Amino acid sequence: MTELVLSRPVKGRSLWIDAWRRLTANRAAVVSVVYLLLMGVACLVGPLLTGHHYTTIYTDYVRVPPSLTAYPKPDQISGMLDELIRRMRVDLVAWNDQDDRISLTIRSSRPIDPRVVRYFDRSSSFADPKVETTSPDGLTLTLSTAVAKHYFLFGTDNTGRDLLTRTLIAGRVSLAIGLLAGLTAVVIGVIYGATAGYLGGRIDDIMMRIVDVLYSLPFIFLVIMLVVFFGRNFVLMFIAVGAVQWLDMARIVRGQALSIRRQEYVQAALALGVSPLGILWRHVVPNTLGPVAVYMTLLVPQVILLESFLSYLGLGVQEPLTSWGVLIAQGAKNIPSATWLLIFPSIFLTSTLFALNFLGDGLRDALDPKDR
Amino acid sequence: MLRYVLRRLLTAIPTLFLIVTLSFFLLRVAPGGPFSQERGLSPEVRANLERVYQLDAPLWRQYLSYLGNLLHGDFGPSYNLPDFTVADLFRVGLPVSVQLGASALVLALILGSILGIVAALRQNRGVDYAVVALATAGSTIPTFVIAPLYQLVFALTLAWVPVAGWGGGALVNKIGPALTLALPQIAIVARLMRGAMIEALRANHIRTARALGLGSWSVVVKHALRGALLPIISYAGPAAAALLTGSVVVETVFAIPGVGRYFVDAALNRDYTLVMGTVVVIAVFVIMFNLIVDLLYALVDPRVRYD
Amino acid sequence: MGETTPLLELANLDVRFDTADGEVHAVRGINLTVAPGETLAVVGESGSGKSQAMMAAMGLLAKNGRATGSVRYRGREILGLPARALDEIRGAKIAMIFQEPMTSLDPLYTIGNQLAEPLMRHKRLGAKAARQRAVELLTLVGIPDPERRLRAYPHELSGGQRQRVMIAMALAAEPDVLIADEPTTALDVTVQAQILELLRSLQQRFHMGIVFITHDLGLARHFADRVAVMRYGQVVEEGPALRVLTRPEHDYTRMLLAAEPTGTKAPPPDDAPIVLEARAIDVTFQIGGGLLAGPPLEIRAVDKVSVTLKQGQTIGIVGESGSGKSTLGRALIRLIHSEGDIRLFGQPIGGLDAAGLRALRRQVQIVFQDPYGSLSPRMTVGEIVSEGLRVHEPQLDARTREQQVIAALEDVTLDPSLRNRYPHEFSGGQRQRIAIARAIVLKPRVLVLDEPTSALDRSVQKGIVELLRRLQREYGLSYLFISHDLSVVRALSDWIMVMRRGQLVEAGPTEEVYGAPAAAYTRELIAAAYGLTDAQEGAASAGN
Repeated sequence: MTELVLSRPVKGRSLWIDAWRRLTANRAAVVSVVYLLLMGVACLVGPLLTGHHYTTIYTDYVRVPPSLTAYPKPDQISGMLDELIRRMRVDLVAWNDQDDRISLTIRSSRPIDPRVVRYFDRSSSFADPKVETTSPDGLTLTLSTAVAKHYFLFGTDNTGRDLLTRTLIAGRVSLAIGLLAGLTAVVIGVIYGATAGYLGGRIDDIMMRIVDVLYSLPFIFLVIMLVVFFGRNFVLMFIAVGAVQWLDMARIVRGQALSIRRQEYVQAALALGVSPLGILWRHVVPNTLGPVAVYMTLLVPQVILLESFLSYLGLGVQEPLTSWGVLIAQGAKNIPSATWLLIFPSIFLTSTLFALNFLGDGLRDALDPKDR
Repeated sequence: MLRYVLRRLLTAIPTLFLIVTLSFFLLRVAPGGPFSQERGLSPEVRANLERVYQLDAPLWRQYLSYLGNLLHGDFGPSYNLPDFTVADLFRVGLPVSVQLGASALVLALILGSILGIVAALRQNRGVDYAVVALATAGSTIPTFVIAPLYQLVFALTLAWVPVAGWGGGALVNKIGPALTLALPQIAIVARLMRGAMIEALRANHIRTARALGLGSWSVVVKHALRGALLPIISYAGPAAAALLTGSVVVETVFAIPGVGRYFVDAALNRDYTLVMGTVVVIAVFVIMFNLIVDLLYALVDPRVRYD
Repeated sequence: MGETTPLLELANLDVRFDTADGEVHAVRGINLTVAPGETLAVVGESGSGKSQAMMAAMGLLAKNGRATGSVRYRGREILGLPARALDEIRGAKIAMIFQEPMTSLDPLYTIGNQLAEPLMRHKRLGAKAARQRAVELLTLVGIPDPERRLRAYPHELSGGQRQRVMIAMALAAEPDVLIADEPTTALDVTVQAQILELLRSLQQRFHMGIVFITHDLGLARHFADRVAVMRYGQVVEEGPALRVLTRPEHDYTRMLLAAEPTGTKAPPPDDAPIVLEARAIDVTFQIGGGLLAGPPLEIRAVDKVSVTLKQGQTIGIVGESGSGKSTLGRALIRLIHSEGDIRLFGQPIGGLDAAGLRALRRQVQIVFQDPYGSLSPRMTVGEIVSEGLRVHEPQLDARTREQQVIAALEDVTLDPSLRNRYPHEFSGGQRQRIAIARAIVLKPRVLVLDEPTSALDRSVQKGIVELLRRLQREYGLSYLFISHDLSVVRALSDWIMVMRRGQLVEAGPTEEVYGAPAAAYTRELIAAAYGLTDAQEGAASAGN
């Protein structure tokens, strides 16, 4: 009989694998997963590739619209030169554009210090300035300088920062917040709900009564109080937000646990003498994970929405860090003149939420026990 | 039935008490106070103000006196809007918020249900996918994006409606805010209704009705829809409580004199009495609508009995 | 029946379903006919396609199902008719009743309302006339006090009464054909006899053709004129009921007939030691109640029942639903709380705490009815069977534990190499074997078997019965066999306890109880199960 140990056991097909198969057969869900992965990678790696830091301010390019070609545009150069000349307190005699460099002649009533070229260095629009010739009286200078090319695919914001970089950085924050708060809510909710549902009776009554009371408290009040307590530390705050969001989770898991408790496999485990903790861990929790997975994918977009709402109220992430909610709030204020400030972050936010929702729907269909 | 209602109202008292107590102390242990933020207040003036409002008394005495006043229906004065009592603010603002919220709720229930039913009857076809996509969009685009977009298109560009303002509750003023409030709710109701209808149409008694040749109208409307109403009812309770007590975003963007605007500012400025008043009003709404939901449930489903 | 056109004729009917795992060919080109006044029994085990064939005929297939071939009502093709045209026939000419009396009526409307609907639609009656007719129909199907019942909701009726209402609804428009899909399977055996008798008398009165779908050969024998045996979507044998069921021509029919449980169990020797003894067991359930809801309602599920189980003995506990037999079984192994004295090997176990109970759990195990619900769906079979070992022999290393699991699986004749599979990959019978392996891996002395064969097809059932017999022989096990199925109980037990409404009605050696039942209730039970004809007199008037 014991020789049979050597026979290689056949690999089983767990319900998770079944669900995975169904999920991968669902085109909308697969597209969503791919999209979310791409979004995640873009937000993580993207800011390194845009050529801008999210805090860099380009004073020459405040609120420039999105463009596929590089800034400055030919018609902008003259304006930017004028601005620079004005600051240098000299007069511009002539300038012309040759190859990649600009050569210009300036004059002043007093001798010009050649160190004025530093103004070009300081400007983000020009680079590598050189003094070509100096007139004998020192009142006229011929300079040449290269034009620094910048790409602002999404345009810039009110202070002249690259919107693409900021949108990607904001994505990091929003996604991290969603996952963090979602995870917190799931952990608390599953433990609380499974305990209440499994123990049942009076303990369940009391635990659910507490949930009811918390439900009756205005949600936004709790959040504001948490913001007040934790200050502007966004990690702590969103753990706290997760700690508020767990109520729904607890209710769902409790309902599940209540029905699982009546299942005969739990009765069988009781008859085997398995301890309550063992039953909770091995039988109740694994069987609630299906609805939990579904609910979590739907919770993450809720939290991201909530974050954007808090940012809209000015309670969210603080400058210079940003999130999609912050960007959208700023965009909404600029709506008639600079629509790109609203449109790009909104597209990022809503498309991510869309994908999360479709993934959640797909997961639910895949895990639906009725389908088994 | 009457006994059940009385019993439920009776159990609401300890719940309300817990909520008041919890929020009172949560609010008070939070750093800051109603007068700590105003610059230029000399310590003497602040001490004077705090004495006037009895904020210098021990916390437990303040708590007891607040409870006592509450029992007499006295919500106290607002600290940051010193010309008004909290009750005044609600008397003026609440009807506006309720009116707006009720319009949004009715809109959401009717439109959402219709969309959901149509989608369920055409499951996995074009119409269904369109409704699901629409519902997803409705619940993912934030209100504060929709509201300015509405203003941009209908007020600034087309000039069909005023940009903002209440206008004494005129219809043109209400459309925008009501729609903005309703949109996410329409989306949720449509999703819920779709799911509930699909579930209801799978029931065994629907098979019976079909086998008896009762016709699709009877099958869909009389037998499936009534069962599918139950999840909508249980959603509508909390949703009603939330909608009727005002929305910060909509009331701010459209400059509407409701009570939704107060809450965030009051909480940030530690306007203790106004925050507490709002908490109490919202809690009462929540409790009330939960009771209404349970009674409606019994009306729709004869298996539910309260006695 | 060549010359006259049959009432209902299925010709070359094919039913296919599109599923995630590919196409399922549920019905493969079957031909069936029903004549007026005739009863055709369609017999088959689960998955034979017998129900789906009739659903297809009624245009009731699920959305992923397609039917091809031909279904004719009095010569008129009805397969593939649009819903509107089909609704002129469904309910009016052909009616169908279903197995699930608990869910087949709309819970949200009164009986009167639901009965009036087909009347108003097919008979064009007004509301008042429909109500009048509804009362007549309820009287016809034997519902007492019909005027008052019209205002009742389905949940206020018993299962048998609901099935009667269903029949009344189906008969409302006086159809020519009634399709009855396992109409009595979910009902207690005494109620079952009454419902069948009702159907038979109504058939004679209205000269209906009846298609009777069932898995129960005994019922088919008593009830049908002709029998069609189905397997894997095909009709394997068809003919007069008497001929098919006494002189079957097809192997499958023969196998089905042979699957009726047979054999008897000899009682243990008189000096066999007593393993489990319980005196005056009481179980009460409290319903409702709470802080402000007033005192809870008390229901006595088991009322002063005593049990003495000897080594090697099998006690059969029989009774209908609500008799308290399962509750008693659970109370005896202390899964639920009870009053009274329980001794295991002479040691009282009533007052043991959780730790004390753990040692007892080794000795006493339980197997449940539902092979789908009693195995944790997210654990492998190996994990399920070894769970008891982890509790009671935590010192075992993984390899020894695995060897014991393999031994237990071999004991129940399951291939041990399947131990890493999950429950949903097994059939119902295999799952029940897994549940038995889980129970015996600890080498217990007593097994409580709570309807272990009731959810299984007869042919599968037979294998489980054989397995239980063999395990008892090999390990000297004592069984408490709880079942509503009198023939299985008879084959397995040497002692019978009959329960009703929580009380013990009768107890004694198997052959004595079956041969010469002392209590009237036992007689009624046995008559209903074995001789449906004998129970007819009392049935029609009883009205459940």
